[in-house]
Amino acid sequence: MEHDERFGRARSVTLPGPLALDGGQSLAPVTIAYETYGTLDPERSNAVLVCHALTGDQHVASIHPTTGKPGWWTRMVGEGMPIDPARHFIVCANVLGSCMGSSGPAMAAADGTPFAMRFPVITVRDMVRTQALLLDHLGVDTITAVGGSMGGMQVLEWAATYPARVRSAVVIASAARHSAQNIAFHEVGRQAIMADPKWRGGDYYESEDPPAAGLAVARMAAHITYLSEDGLTEKFGRRLQKRDAVGFGFDADFQVESYLRHQGISFVDRFDANSYLYITRAMDYFDLAEEHGGLLANAFRGTTTRFCLVSFDTDWLYPTRESRSIVQALNAAGAAASFVELSSPFGHDAFLLDVPGLNRVVDGFLRAGGL
Amino acid sequence: MPDALRPDLAIIAEHVTPGSRALDVGCGDGALMAALRDRAQVDARGIEIDAANVAAAVARGLSVVQGDADVDLAGYPSGAFDYAILSQTLQTARAPDRVLDELLRIGRRAFVSFPNFAYWRVRMSLLWGGRMPVTRTLPEAWYATPNIHHLTIDDFRAFLKERGIETEGAWFLNGDRLTSAAAANFRADHAVFLIRRA
Repeated sequence: MEHDERFGRARSVTLPGPLALDGGQSLAPVTIAYETYGTLDPERSNAVLVCHALTGDQHVASIHPTTGKPGWWTRMVGEGMPIDPARHFIVCANVLGSCMGSSGPAMAAADGTPFAMRFPVITVRDMVRTQALLLDHLGVDTITAVGGSMGGMQVLEWAATYPARVRSAVVIASAARHSAQNIAFHEVGRQAIMADPKWRGGDYYESEDPPAAGLAVARMAAHITYLSEDGLTEKFGRRLQKRDAVGFGFDADFQVESYLRHQGISFVDRFDANSYLYITRAMDYFDLAEEHGGLLANAFRGTTTRFCLVSFDTDWLYPTRESRSIVQALNAAGAAASFVELSSPFGHDAFLLDVPGLNRVVDGFLRAGGL
Repeated sequence: MPDALRPDLAIIAEHVTPGSRALDVGCGDGALMAALRDRAQVDARGIEIDAANVAAAVARGLSVVQGDADVDLAGYPSGAFDYAILSQTLQTARAPDRVLDELLRIGRRAFVSFPNFAYWRVRMSLLWGGRMPVTRTLPEAWYATPNIHHLTIDDFRAFLKERGIETEGAWFLNGDRLTSAAAANFRADHAVFLIRRA
């Protein structure tokens, strides 16, 4: 295993495909950027697939090449953590449609120019199919799938689409479908991008002048949905930014404004606007029940996968009732399911942050599954 | 630690058929479920209202869902379990009769244990002390107790009769010792019933 080129950090593979997509089109070839940590055991039983969220990437526990920051889930993945390279073979792949090396709108099409809006509209199931191709390439058959937010949607889709391959599934702060409110917030973000004159119908790659302002606004709006009102109040209140009185103008008087602007500006350095359109669309299309005759329980009928769901009490983006409805469906299907709502002040972002109990629950659940 | 099981749970653990499927409603930190799994290979699932208890149960590898017996049993299909178990929880339910209906819908049989409010020490406390009882099985003061529907063994027997529910077994406990059925309503501080639909 040591010298196998397939394993390690900053890996990429281009598979011939074609990959048939839910939208009716197909994609060939399919490039997947990914990382692996740890070693696949001889029984090939210790693989953990970590699925990332909307703007996440394959750098789950390694330094991000653009921002220089540590991996996005070092609280969960790493030495001594519930997902531990010393015990597990960990795979994290950049999702289809994203911009960190996997096939997406920024990547060159057959004619050598970027796909831009010619990239086919994709679904969460298409992302999962791509990951299945990657696992085939890596020689991994069965997995434990773990993810939060959109990562949790992928985990649910994995369990529904490849039930025999998923031994255990951990779904954190997620939902089995996008609600009207979820879609509404995404639409605000997309319209912000498309209203930016620099978007140019998606063909901005040649100009090297991307629709940064639109993407930043999209990120700012989305970022609010990741936090709780109490969290915002506690962190910023009505405190002013480096001044003693309001300026009677439109500078960032308030700390919360300054914070959001910073979130927006730093995001555009690491993310592609068209990818944001494609991935938010995929999330909006996500409705696992609809894929199974309108009844969510049908998605899990006869499953032998063990499930663990976690929600957070201050998460209003994917609130506890979304997890509960998944649990009900799992119960109706007779699946082995655990669920807990944990308390946290951080809103939806809690799944990325230090929440007492989350690591204990995930660790206990994984170990009980023989991992 | 099987010998650390509460006396009513020990009785339930002894009488659940090995290899069966059981739903423990109000499973706490999963002590009974773990015993059923480890000693009798029971496929045990649990519901528990307290998040810390759920986290503890999940961390010991049990399938436990955070939920409320009063509202969340409706999501379970009928006849999905060989046993539904409700230990020391009936008296805390907002609608105990509906919870019992749900237990007997979900499980082919149900184990129910509860503290007996007609236990002689309880009677004495009220009769001579004029105070709400605080005993081994009713350890909390009136303002702190989660118990909102106190019942006696005779109340429960009458309820079963009224609803036409069959009793397959009944165990009456004084502390950790079994006591006879005859004077149970006076001498037992808690009871375990195994019931099923007629």
